[in-house]
Amino acid sequence: MSVVRVPPVLREEAGGARQVEATGATVRELLEDLSGRMPSLGEKVYDGSEIRPYVNVYVDGEDVRTSGGLDAPVREGATVVLLPAMAGGTLLDR
Amino acid sequence: MPSYRELLQQTKAEIEEVDGRGAQELEGATWVDVRRQDEWDEGYIPGAIHIPRGSLESRIETRVPDHSKPVVLYCASGERSAFAAKTLAELGYDRPVSLAGGFTDWKRNGNEVALPRTLSPEKRARYSRHTLIPEIGEEGQLRLLDSKILLLGAGGLGSPAALYLAAAGVGHIGIVDADIVDESNLQRQIVHSLNTLGSPKVDSAKRTIEALNPDVQVTTYRERLTSENIDEILDDGWEIVVDGTDNFPTRYLLNDACVWRGIPVVYGSIYRFEGQVSVFKVGDGPCYRCLFPAPPPPELAPSCSEGGVLGVLPGVVGTLQTNEALKLALGIGEPLIGRLLIYDALAGEFDEMRIKRNPDCPVCGEHPTITEYVDYVEFCAR
Repeated sequence: MSVVRVPPVLREEAGGARQVEATGATVRELLEDLSGRMPSLGEKVYDGSEIRPYVNVYVDGEDVRTSGGLDAPVREGATVVLLPAMAGGTLLDR
Repeated sequence: MPSYRELLQQTKAEIEEVDGRGAQELEGATWVDVRRQDEWDEGYIPGAIHIPRGSLESRIETRVPDHSKPVVLYCASGERSAFAAKTLAELGYDRPVSLAGGFTDWKRNGNEVALPRTLSPEKRARYSRHTLIPEIGEEGQLRLLDSKILLLGAGGLGSPAALYLAAAGVGHIGIVDADIVDESNLQRQIVHSLNTLGSPKVDSAKRTIEALNPDVQVTTYRERLTSENIDEILDDGWEIVVDGTDNFPTRYLLNDACVWRGIPVVYGSIYRFEGQVSVFKVGDGPCYRCLFPAPPPPELAPSCSEGGVLGVLPGVVGTLQTNEALKLALGIGEPLIGRLLIYDALAGEFDEMRIKRNPDCPVCGEHPTITEYVDYVEFCAR
């Protein structure tokens, strides 16, 4: 079981949760498990075969794109961070 | 107990003394002037750094971290520098040498002398809390006064950046923003005020900066950054860009332009209670496209109308960005290159993610596929 930290922009898809749990020995297994439990969150991150290009997935602080991609191992108890691109600045009322 | 003369003689016997020519032949040497400020102000050996004898022990390792290279120390006549050379040997420097005859002989022999640029008494007073810091000093402050930093956006992130860069004495500040000051901005955009409601943000920010520090020259660009005007703006010689943009098209445009021009970008973004800061500096680390190769499609981009932000959050993030910009301008410390700092204001937590250069990056990678500006459609309704 790993802890997946949900960024504010995706919290609605996770029912408001700041973090959720997911299981998997690799990033692929973990994202598939996550997509099964929370389809709308999973869909924003993973299209069923690739991690979406505007989202980064970090396992224990390492970007999985540079550490094995979907096959990157996820240790038991790892912290997984989902990081989508953020528009920035003054989002609301410019 | 030895007399001063005896102590000097004894010290000179223990250290290495060289004449002007010998000193010039020492490869890779750092020259350190150990005289007082008033002596330095009247002229010094070109290329030397100034560390008064009284601060030598405490400052030398910051200014000259490499212990293996020769260090040429000089004072007026070669006495204070003899003691300084002995101190450096005790601190583990491999080859400290004292310049025989000091600055006086150097000058008498017709060698080149430089006159320092110094801060006026008014500036010395204004920036004294900077110049007291060894890593900045008068030299660093002069560097800030010569710096040219561009702010993209005079909004939430740009406000603290404009104020602190101006207060720090960054000599040239450019501001790009097409908007006018609206009431709903004042919840966080502290460079503006009720007095400037309805005015262009660039003019409002300029007014505040000029009231704070007359040393700062402000250039305003009352326009939105586009592929049409970006080259013209960057041609004005901006050395660092503080990115306080609010949309993806501008962010990618800026990234690509700065990769091609080698300009470091201090990135920041905020959403509700969370902020991110990083420094993208090509050559030393990744660019924004290494992190996110392309913007999200419109239907998956976070909805702007659902946004909102705690007013102080851009203050925290914009101030962190300003700190990075000042470090880059001064050439000190460890900039956030290759690191993404994430601040969760609700949890009161900072997290750091390692970000690496992507060899397949479409802009800064080995085989770039993007070689001209891309105008992404703006999908974040304003």
